[in-house]
Amino acid sequence: MTCPVTIRIQEDDFDIAREIALLTESRTDIGAVVSFSGICRADDDSAKIAALTLEHYPGMAEEEIRRHTDEAISRWPLNGVTVIHRVGRFMPGQNIVLVLTASQHRQAAFQAAEFLMDYLKTSAPFWKKEEGATGTGWVEAHARDDEAAARWKKS
Amino acid sequence: MKVKYFAWVRERVGKAEETIEPPASVRTVEELIAWLSGQSEAYAYAFEKPKVIRAAIDHAHVKSDAAIAGAREIAFFPPMTGG
Repeated sequence: MTCPVTIRIQEDDFDIAREIALLTESRTDIGAVVSFSGICRADDDSAKIAALTLEHYPGMAEEEIRRHTDEAISRWPLNGVTVIHRVGRFMPGQNIVLVLTASQHRQAAFQAAEFLMDYLKTSAPFWKKEEGATGTGWVEAHARDDEAAARWKKS
Repeated sequence: MKVKYFAWVRERVGKAEETIEPPASVRTVEELIAWLSGQSEAYAYAFEKPKVIRAAIDHAHVKSDAAIAGAREIAFFPPMTGG
């Protein structure tokens, strides 16, 4: 089974419809595409967010995402994967990340998308800095994200 | 070897990357953190909680007891918050 993988880290926005079309065009073996978009929120729990800056480790970020798309492809029967992560400064409402997974059936596409997002949050070298009403600070990692990623570990 | 710093580790160290030559007695990631911490106040501040610091050797995550021999690039950064 061929599974094209697209991984991009970019400042520019992405067009979800265009990315889905690129994944599915001229193919008839795909029965399900799951799309997850991560969007800059206006508040983090109670604190208001004016803007968010995303920093990454060029080189390692792409390689780390590739390790996880490889693992997803080995675990689920996927027909295509796209991961786009934006870097730079974002205002609430703007896109940050896109994960697309394509498969013959929906279960594999849903699970692989969730797996990839859980690992993107805890293992891909990106860091968020928040600008709020009271100042600027680096976002702290959440234990709930580690727990979400841990459930995919094979025992 | 080249060392890179990211996010608040970069801000505290005061630079994004540098080339260092630690003594041969520095063999592991945690020994390198201890050695750097002794170099200046800035490093000591960046690495004040060494258990929080994550490390990568040549673009792959490593644990604190990983050997640094042969590493081309070592990176130090806080827990990741992307996605």
